[in-house]
Amino acid sequence: MAEFLLEILSEDIPARMQVQAADDLKRLVTDALTDAGLTFDSAVAHSTPRRLVLVIDGLPSASPGRSEERKGPKVGAPEVAIQGFLKSSGLASIDQAEIRETDKGAVYFAVRSIPGQPAERILGEAVVSAIDGLSWPKSMRWGAGRRRWVRPLAGILAIFDGKPIILTDANELPLAGDSTVGHRFLSPARFSVSDFADYERQLLDHHVVLDREKRKWRILGDAKRKAEDIGMRLVPDEALLEEVVGLVEWPVVLIGAIDDDFMTLPPEVRRTTMRANQKYFTLEYPDGKPAPRFVITSNMATDDDGAAIIGGNERVLRARLSDARFFYDQDLKTKLAEQRPKLAKIAFHAKLGSVLERVERLEKLAMEIAQSVPRAKPAMAIEAARLCKCDLVSGMVGEFPELQGAMGRYYALAQGAPDEVADAIRDHYKPLGPNDACPTAPVTVALALAEKIDTLVGFFAIGELPTGSKDPFALRRAALGVIRLIVENQLRLGLTTLFDDALNSYGNLAVSSIDQLLPFFADRLKVVLKERGVRQDLIDAVFALGGEDDLVRLLARVAALQKFLATDDGANLLTAYRRAANILKIEEKRDGASHDGPVDPGTLVEPEEIALARALDSAAERVDPLIDTEDFQGAMSVYSTLRPVVDAFFERVTVNADDAAVRRNRLRLLSRIRGTLNKIADFSCIA
Amino acid sequence: MADKPNSFQDIILRLQHYWSAQGCVILQPYDLEMGAGTFHPATVLRALGPAHWRAAYVQPCRRPSDGRYGENPNRLQHYYQFQVILKPSPANAQELYLNSLKALGIDPMLHDIRFVEDDWESPTLGAWGLGWEVWCDGMEVTQYTYFQQVGGIECDPVSVELTYGLERLAMYVLDRENVYDLPYNDPASPTPLSYGDVFLRDEREFSAFNFEAANTEKLMIHFEDAEAECHALLARALPLPAYEQCIKASHLFNLMDSRGVISVLERQAQIGRVRALAKACCEAYLAGTDPAAAHAA
Repeated sequence: MAEFLLEILSEDIPARMQVQAADDLKRLVTDALTDAGLTFDSAVAHSTPRRLVLVIDGLPSASPGRSEERKGPKVGAPEVAIQGFLKSSGLASIDQAEIRETDKGAVYFAVRSIPGQPAERILGEAVVSAIDGLSWPKSMRWGAGRRRWVRPLAGILAIFDGKPIILTDANELPLAGDSTVGHRFLSPARFSVSDFADYERQLLDHHVVLDREKRKWRILGDAKRKAEDIGMRLVPDEALLEEVVGLVEWPVVLIGAIDDDFMTLPPEVRRTTMRANQKYFTLEYPDGKPAPRFVITSNMATDDDGAAIIGGNERVLRARLSDARFFYDQDLKTKLAEQRPKLAKIAFHAKLGSVLERVERLEKLAMEIAQSVPRAKPAMAIEAARLCKCDLVSGMVGEFPELQGAMGRYYALAQGAPDEVADAIRDHYKPLGPNDACPTAPVTVALALAEKIDTLVGFFAIGELPTGSKDPFALRRAALGVIRLIVENQLRLGLTTLFDDALNSYGNLAVSSIDQLLPFFADRLKVVLKERGVRQDLIDAVFALGGEDDLVRLLARVAALQKFLATDDGANLLTAYRRAANILKIEEKRDGASHDGPVDPGTLVEPEEIALARALDSAAERVDPLIDTEDFQGAMSVYSTLRPVVDAFFERVTVNADDAAVRRNRLRLLSRIRGTLNKIADFSCIA
Repeated sequence: MADKPNSFQDIILRLQHYWSAQGCVILQPYDLEMGAGTFHPATVLRALGPAHWRAAYVQPCRRPSDGRYGENPNRLQHYYQFQVILKPSPANAQELYLNSLKALGIDPMLHDIRFVEDDWESPTLGAWGLGWEVWCDGMEVTQYTYFQQVGGIECDPVSVELTYGLERLAMYVLDRENVYDLPYNDPASPTPLSYGDVFLRDEREFSAFNFEAANTEKLMIHFEDAEAECHALLARALPLPAYEQCIKASHLFNLMDSRGVISVLERQAQIGRVRALAKACCEAYLAGTDPAAAHAA
């Protein structure tokens, strides 16, 4: 068994693309091997900023040979048929064919054995087609070549069983045999390797840590230790770590200092500046207070222990924070409310007016929603809505758009706004994704809901719906946000009323797809609930009732239903419901008329149908108040008492009686079964 | 030249010397106002077609809305770029570039030099490319781009463009925190002059011009004149003079933008008008290239 090692050395590959590319490389090469019948034990991919590496272990020296059979004409068939067979099977003469006895007599067979291919050749082909087959978010050409890749290729090392292999169709590829280079500055000299273990070890000697996880641990471990040495701790930032690990082959962690002047800036401003522009980690004191130091992940070990690198990075940060300081001080000179008119100049959407118009709508909508949010003061909701977008025209947000909301909070507090208003300004964009915290502060909840409903209603009204993977206005995220805000805060709101309110605040907007908004929510809700193991058909069944747009009540119905159907009574009642519904469907079609209508007690004959009618009367009497008080579990227990009566009815009573009046009455009984159960959900939607 | 440069102009001289040694034509700045060194015909037009090309030059750049009346330590409405264009991009382009930093006294063994993803796009030129911003100790010192399209036309062969922001680079190499404190000439000169001595007054006056004084109605008329002239020249198959009109239109647009008279919607439309000129010039330039005169690769 042998090992194959591939290294694709490239000019610097964007950090965000490395992992995917390494995975794709592995998939493309191993798929090609599998297609060619070449087996292997394991395949592992690695990536650094300059290399994609693949090591495949447990390869045989060749793919196994196989034989191919082709059935020919009967022995003694006309010469034309024999010649045709020889031509199509590639045999030189009919003597080379095997003769086999079959049901139809003796028949010629051409048996061809196809020899296995050397692993080396299969790999040589697989590598080049994998290199060209990798798909990148963006790719480019370079020099006078025709090849496309993410950046210019610098060297291809390919070793099978200790020896470099020949690549098929390797035109224009920079072949490197069994050699590669180390760190760009620390170990630029070329060196040869024999296998993966040797490769990884020598790379380490040449200042490259191949394994991404090892680089990560090195950065994290060093940063934590260095922070502790100076009495601070690292603020965890997994996303930043993922990015930084793709920017270094030889991580060296250094600590820089932040001038005291800048420690009075809001922490978000410092952190955004450091993170977005400079990829620095933030440090804090053990009590959580911001610390005046930052963590640089450099790609160099230097003789001065990083002194020049630290000095340079401190300079850059100083310049950046000076800019931020300037913006912050300038912004504080203007009251947020005075910024508001400038929002007229920012378009929300060409057909949906300016941001100022949007804010005016939000004021109304947030106020209305606040009335349904316990402890949300409508006046505060209006105030928060009035100011919530004003920071968009501030200098700071102009420079760092990701600080929208956060800056609004600071500017609102600086002019004396109450905390509830300031917090609502900061958090009204939330939740931004399934893992983002969902607001719970009442004023924030009202504004956050208003913001999303306004967006959804607006874009649906003008027919800008998400299609497939395209959702440029993040409407799916907005709908999920609405669902979370309502459900997690147990708000009692009718979505339809909300949509109407929002639409009214738009004034005379041409409505194109607004009727698709509630079904859109149903779909989003299914996505959310699927993860929690809730059955999709039950959601459909409740939505099919039509009027149910109160998400909290809807979920209570679904939960009660799911629990009920898991019991024997529930399952049997569902069967009975289907039986009733099926009979009705057939009979109503035959009669061309509905069998809804009151049951006539006088026409009831059999004891089982009398019992059923009584049971349905009593159930209806008890279920209605339970539904009114939203005790759906209680309603289900009532339904479970129906089961023996319904079962007995179907067992003993013939629905299609000869007497037309009796038959009609019995069909009406069935219709009542259907109607009673459909008070909770449309049982016909249940799978 | 491992020692450090001692002035702003020393940096320029060293870069010219270095790239001259790499076989580049050392051009002088183009005598029109433009927003970036890329606009120079030596880059935009020469990046098109099959002919090989190597050039380096300083280009004064005007970004009217970046003016700060001389009060910001690192923002200027007029500054310099050093531009290098190598066509086709050589296999050792990164190495050539890194050696240019050594020529500026930046020792890569003491600093942290990184190539960080940064794709470049110019909507006005209908151009884009992939590459990096080059970081030295966390500071962007160069934009490094492999041109893929210019004027909407595929580049073949591909050029590599290196753009050094000279003031920022000088502040780093010469260790100054304020651009106006940079020594412009040799500090040991009998008349040592700082960047501020040379340009502070310009920054003040031109900031006032860009933000307050420029006559916006005239600017619009000039813009439309330039656009019309460009089309007229293209009709007479004179792409080089036509392209000058395109450069003018682009700068006039930037001036109107800094005067704040262009709304968001108009902005897109106007950028589109300049792009249309640039594309037409590029197409005409390519059509007029004599294939026999081009170097075959």
